[in-house]
Amino acid sequence: MPLWCTEQEYRVLAAACARLIPPDEGFPGALEADVPAYIDGLLGAFASDPPRIWAGGPTSGRRGGPPGFARFHTLRPHDELAWRMRIEGSLGLPEREFNGPVVGWQQRYRAGLAALGHDFCEVEGEEQDRRLRDEANAAFVDLLYGHCCEGMYGAPEYGGNRGGTAWDAIGFPGDSQPRGWSDEEVAGP
Amino acid sequence: MTYDAVIVGSGPGGATAADVLTRAGWSVLIVDKGRNHLLDPDDLTRIAGDYSNDEIKFLERHFLGPDPLIEPRTFRVRDEDGERTHVGEVNSIPTTVGGGGTHADGKVPRFREEDFALRETYGPIEGASVEDWPLDYAALEAFYAEVERAIGVAGEASANPFAPWRSGPYPMPPGAPMYGALRSASAAQALGLHPYPAPTAANSVPYDDRPACNNCGFCAFFGCPIHAKGDPVALLRRAFSTGRAELAAETFCARIVVQGRRASGVELVDAQGARRTVGARHVVVAAGAVETPRLLLLSGMEHPLVGRNLMVHFQTIVIGTFEERFHTHRGRAVTHVHDDAVIVDDDARAAARAAGLPWLRGGMVEHGGPSLPIMEAKLYPWGPTHTRLMRSSPMRDRLWAFTMQGEDLAQPTNRVDLDPSVRDVRGFPVARVTYRPHRHEEAASAHHAPRLVRVLERMGATWTMVATSPGLEGSRMSPVPISRHVMGTTRMGADPASSVVDSLGRIHTLDNVVVADSSVFVTSAGYGPTLTLVALAARAAHALAGTAP
Repeated sequence: MPLWCTEQEYRVLAAACARLIPPDEGFPGALEADVPAYIDGLLGAFASDPPRIWAGGPTSGRRGGPPGFARFHTLRPHDELAWRMRIEGSLGLPEREFNGPVVGWQQRYRAGLAALGHDFCEVEGEEQDRRLRDEANAAFVDLLYGHCCEGMYGAPEYGGNRGGTAWDAIGFPGDSQPRGWSDEEVAGP
Repeated sequence: MTYDAVIVGSGPGGATAADVLTRAGWSVLIVDKGRNHLLDPDDLTRIAGDYSNDEIKFLERHFLGPDPLIEPRTFRVRDEDGERTHVGEVNSIPTTVGGGGTHADGKVPRFREEDFALRETYGPIEGASVEDWPLDYAALEAFYAEVERAIGVAGEASANPFAPWRSGPYPMPPGAPMYGALRSASAAQALGLHPYPAPTAANSVPYDDRPACNNCGFCAFFGCPIHAKGDPVALLRRAFSTGRAELAAETFCARIVVQGRRASGVELVDAQGARRTVGARHVVVAAGAVETPRLLLLSGMEHPLVGRNLMVHFQTIVIGTFEERFHTHRGRAVTHVHDDAVIVDDDARAAARAAGLPWLRGGMVEHGGPSLPIMEAKLYPWGPTHTRLMRSSPMRDRLWAFTMQGEDLAQPTNRVDLDPSVRDVRGFPVARVTYRPHRHEEAASAHHAPRLVRVLERMGATWTMVATSPGLEGSRMSPVPISRHVMGTTRMGADPASSVVDSLGRIHTLDNVVVADSSVFVTSAGYGPTLTLVALAARAAHALAGTAP
C-alpha cells in the first residue's frame, strides 16, 4: 500500500522510474533500489512524526557508531512551513502565500503521472520513453529524475537505495563516520 | 535586560566577536535567525550530534538553510532587467548557528601584503572602484596569528613562496594529502607552478579538545560530524564557556533601534513571530555581506554606499577526466592550492594589455574533485546509459578539477538592496542582488584557464572543459554566481564620504555599531574571505573591549 500515491499512480511512478534508471548488466536500476518507495515516502513525509525530511546524525551505524540516521529530526515551525509548502503546496493558506501561490510536489506528481497516460504501464518501453521525452512533460520529468537520483544514491534511511545496493554498484562506500579513512587510504592510489 | 553587546549573526565573524568580548568580561547576546544544529541546546559548551555524511540532507534538503521558500533572495544582472529575473537561492551561505563556517571545507588562507594596497601598487581600473584598505597587512598580522590559534589551522609556513610574512608557525602540520591532489600538484610543479598544502581549519592532530579529522570525505557543503573543523565551533564554545554569552537562535533581527548617533538596542522576532526589543550598549553586525546591508537598510540607514560594491569571487572551473580513479570520497575535498595566478607577472601584464586593462589578477587555485553521487547522477542523461556512466564515473571518481577563486573588482552598481515586493516568511523585504562581473574578471579567467588546462593534460586528462561562474554572455552557466564568498557591501575607509565603516568596523555615522564580517572588505583578493574577516572581527572586538590579541 503506497503512503501517498494511489495504487494506479504508484504503478505509473514505478514504470516511469524503471525507464529513467533501468538495470544494466546485473546492476540494479531504480526498481531494484526501491526508488518509487523513496519518492512516495517523500510525497507522504508528513504521514510520520517526526516527518521524514532530515535523517538524524551523526552516524548511520554502517561504519560503526549508533544508527542515528534512523531517528529523524523534529522540524521547527519554519522548517515545517517550508516543507509543507514544498510538498503540499500553498493550498490557498495565507501563511503559505506571502509571495503568492506555491504549487507543491504532490500536485505536480498527481498531474505529471496522469499526463503520462492511464495506460502507461501497458504500452511498450519505446512508447513510454516517447511520453517521458515529450516536451509537455519535460518539467515534471526533470523533477522526477532528480528525485530518482536521490532515491538511488542517497542514504537508505530515506527509503531508497535498498541496503546500499546502488552504492555497491558504483563502488561508492557511502557515509564513512565514525571510521573515516586512514591517511594512507587518502594519499595512496 | 541590556547586554554589553548584541551580536547579530553567529558565523565566523560574530563568533569571534563573542569570544573576544566575553573574555573581556562583557555580557553578549548572540542572535541568529537560523536553527542551532551546532551546539547541544542543553549545554552550549558541548557539541550537538546533528551533522552527518548525508548528501540528501545537506545538498537537497536545505538542512543548513536558508530554505529559499521561506528566506528567498532575488537577483538581476543589471537595473535595466527590471525588478528581478530570479527568485530563490542567491548566495545561500548557511543560515544556521555557526553560519558560513559550518559548510565550508575550511580553507583559510591569509591575504597577501599587496591585497590591502592594490590601487597604490597597480593603479586604478576604469569602471571599477579599486581602493586601498585603511590598514595594512602588518596591522592585521597579530590578529591573523591569534585567530589561527583559536580555530586551529593546519598548514606549512614555508611551502608557499608567495605567502605573506608570518610571526610564527601554523598551530598544526598539514593533514593527509589527497591522492588526486598529489598527482595534480606534481603536474603543476613540473610546469613551473608552486602548489602547497592548503591552510585548513580542520584538525590534523587533536587540538582544542576536538579530534583530528578522519578524512570522512563529506567536507565541503557539510557540517563536520566530529567537529574537527574549528571554525566557528571553537570560538562559540569558548564564548559560552565564560557564562557571559547567551544564544537566541531562530531569532531574526529586524531592526537596529537608533536614536541620533547611538543604537539603544535591537528589535527581534522569534520563530513564533513574537517581537521584543533588547537593549544593547553596543551592536555588532555580523550577518554576512548580503544580510548585513539588508539589516542596515531595514534599520533606515541612508548612507549611499550601504549595500554597494558587492564582490563575489569569479570562479573559473577547469575539469578533466582521466583513465584512473581518484577516490575523491576519501579526504577533505581540497588539500592543495597554488597562488601563482594571484601574482601579476609579465605574462599577466601582457594579457592585461591585450585586453585593454592596466593589470589583472586571478586568484588562488584549488585542486580538488567532486565526490558526491547524487550530484553526479543528475549530470548524466536518463535511460540505459545512466548506470553504466555511474559505474565508470567520468564526472566524479575519474574527474579532477581546478577552481580559481578569481579576484572580483568592486563596482558600485553591484549591490544589495531591498526587493520592492518579495518578502521573507516574517513579512520583511528580502535582499536583492544586482551583479555582473567587470571585464577584468573575464580577462583574468581567459588568461589563466588555458594554463590550468595544460596542467590537467600533463596529468593525463583525456578530456577537459572550462566553465565560469557567473556564466558569461551566451554560456549555459547561470548569471547568478555560485561563489559563497560575498564581500564589500559596507566597505571600510578613512573618509566617511567614500566608505561606510572605519578600519575598526565602526559605522562612521553611529557611535556604537560595529560591522564584523566580510561586508567591510575593500577588495576581494583572490583568497577565501574567512580568515581575513575573522582577523578583522578580532581586531574590531579587541578595540571595543580595550584588550590586546
